[in-house]
Amino acid sequence: MDLLIFQAPILMVQASMDGILLGILFALIAYGMALQWGVMNIINIAQGDLVILGGYIAYFMYLYGIHPAWGVIVSPIIMYFVGIGIYKLVINKVVDRDLFISILATFGISILFMQLMNFAFGADVVLANSGYGTTMLFDNSVTLPNSKIFAAIISIIFAIGLVLYMKKSKLGRAIRATAQNARAAKILGVDTEKVYAATFGINAALCGVAGALISITFTIHPYMGLPYTIRSFMIVIVAGLGNLPGVALSGMGLGVFEEFADYILGTEFRIGSVFLLLVLILVYRRFKLSKKREYLK
Amino acid sequence: MNKNLIIYLLILIFGVAAPFIFPAFKVQLSILCVLIILAITWNIQGGEMGYNTFGNILFYGLGMYLCASVQVGMFFPLAEWTESGGEKTFVHTPAQFFQGFAAGLAVAAIVPTIVAGLIGYSILGLRGHYFAICTLGLGVAAGEISGGIEIIGAGQGFTTPPFPNIGSLEARGEFFYFCSFVTLVITFIAVKSIYTTRFKLVLNAIRDNEDKAEAMGIQTMKYKIIGWMISAFFCGLAGGIMGGLVGYIDSTDVAFDGREMGVFMVLMAILGGKGTLWGPVIGATIFHIFKEGFWTFFLGWQYVALGVLIVVIVIYFPEGIMGWLREKYPERFGEVVDEADRKAQVELK
Repeated sequence: MDLLIFQAPILMVQASMDGILLGILFALIAYGMALQWGVMNIINIAQGDLVILGGYIAYFMYLYGIHPAWGVIVSPIIMYFVGIGIYKLVINKVVDRDLFISILATFGISILFMQLMNFAFGADVVLANSGYGTTMLFDNSVTLPNSKIFAAIISIIFAIGLVLYMKKSKLGRAIRATAQNARAAKILGVDTEKVYAATFGINAALCGVAGALISITFTIHPYMGLPYTIRSFMIVIVAGLGNLPGVALSGMGLGVFEEFADYILGTEFRIGSVFLLLVLILVYRRFKLSKKREYLK
Repeated sequence: MNKNLIIYLLILIFGVAAPFIFPAFKVQLSILCVLIILAITWNIQGGEMGYNTFGNILFYGLGMYLCASVQVGMFFPLAEWTESGGEKTFVHTPAQFFQGFAAGLAVAAIVPTIVAGLIGYSILGLRGHYFAICTLGLGVAAGEISGGIEIIGAGQGFTTPPFPNIGSLEARGEFFYFCSFVTLVITFIAVKSIYTTRFKLVLNAIRDNEDKAEAMGIQTMKYKIIGWMISAFFCGLAGGIMGGLVGYIDSTDVAFDGREMGVFMVLMAILGGKGTLWGPVIGATIFHIFKEGFWTFFLGWQYVALGVLIVVIVIYFPEGIMGWLREKYPERFGEVVDEADRKAQVELK
């Protein structure tokens, strides 16, 4: 790595910029993950598939001649109702149960979504072309597609909007109250069932935004969901629940890591390195925690 | 006791006779045996120990690749074999094939066991859902990485040695059926005898309250690792046999197939009933029949059905068939039932 920084400084800059822009998108997905994990105490394996579904909505708009950037507005609206539907059908039965039940149930949803998307949209890798062109930096040596910059800006806008919404609005306060103590919130007149449904809907809407942006900047494919789930899970455990700057930072860190893994190890090991990183992070976390336990002894 | 012995004998006789009674279903029966092995071994973690793993697929896939690699590598250069793909430039003689397969199975059982022991200390320290996600990541990572390794076929897959021509056309099916059936019997006997010892009680103590078990002086980590190593041993064997049976190994679709096998083993054990000896066996049998029916008559919709099935089983049927039977007929499970107490409880409800 030290060698690389001197041998190929341009590559370093390129990979870092790509990684940061990518990481902002990851952070948006991870924010949704943290939200539902914190409020409802479920881990949603289908998170990535919601993202891909959101991407297909934007792609379809592109196919019918509408500029895919409008997907950023249309996709979350559709995905919100998809999220509510999933909540009413499945999630409300696993909220109070063991976490493993929610993992397995959402795993089932994930398989279901994958296959339905495969039927509906075909197994091809697709991309909604935004036609935004590219920006050249440093004497044309670093290229940044404008669509990536657009995606990052939109993600930041949505994230800030959501944070403000959570702070100021009535529903946002109800969601935060439920996250702190669901029983107490119920006693004080919060309809927790509604709050849960709304939380899952908002999460799905966030996935929709992220998916639409991914369909513009990268590619989508029905079976690409699980890596997004794992990435968002990883970001959340590194940052901790409810730590928003942490989510943003670790999202960007993951993006940079991935770009470097892509350049150094090769594209075929990209997804593998993400999953290995997850294992390493969890193992590191386990040794750190066990050290803490030894102090207590 | 005598009655049980007769039942076991009947099942054994049926198992031996099955390929001759249903000659058309030999491959299906062999797959059923492998599925039962996977469900039983998953149950050691998920059912008895309370560690819900998606990662046993790692040992299964590892066993599959190792068995085939050893079988080829013992007699021919491995890299050239995988490079030639489907067109066979090298042919095993029958003796070479069987020697290679036996050696391959031995390696396929031992190496995953060692791997489980090595990674066990760091991974089994995770609790609950962190463990589940970590093992999920491990399985997928193994699939992705093995898909990038050139010597075992990378993305294009690895063709296992074809069965040698030894006269009868039926020989291949019978050979693999008896391999998997004997492995199943050994697995069942081993697990059954383990379940009668103190080891099972320790595992159950870990499931019920790990901290308390540790406070009672049980070295929980040691038992967890041993439990995982036992699972890995039989998973590796099952994988090796399955590799020979399928005849073609692909990194993400056959070996480290988290979307199919990795979920199947969890689902089968839950369907039959977690934490029971017979549950996984029954669950796997029912699941396999259902699956084959669906795969045959609704081709294309099988994953949709699978997704729905997972959701339905997990939400509405988490105790499984054995759990349901146990609730219905507690006397059969050796539980003492006080009729008056039971009636009082029913009235309270």
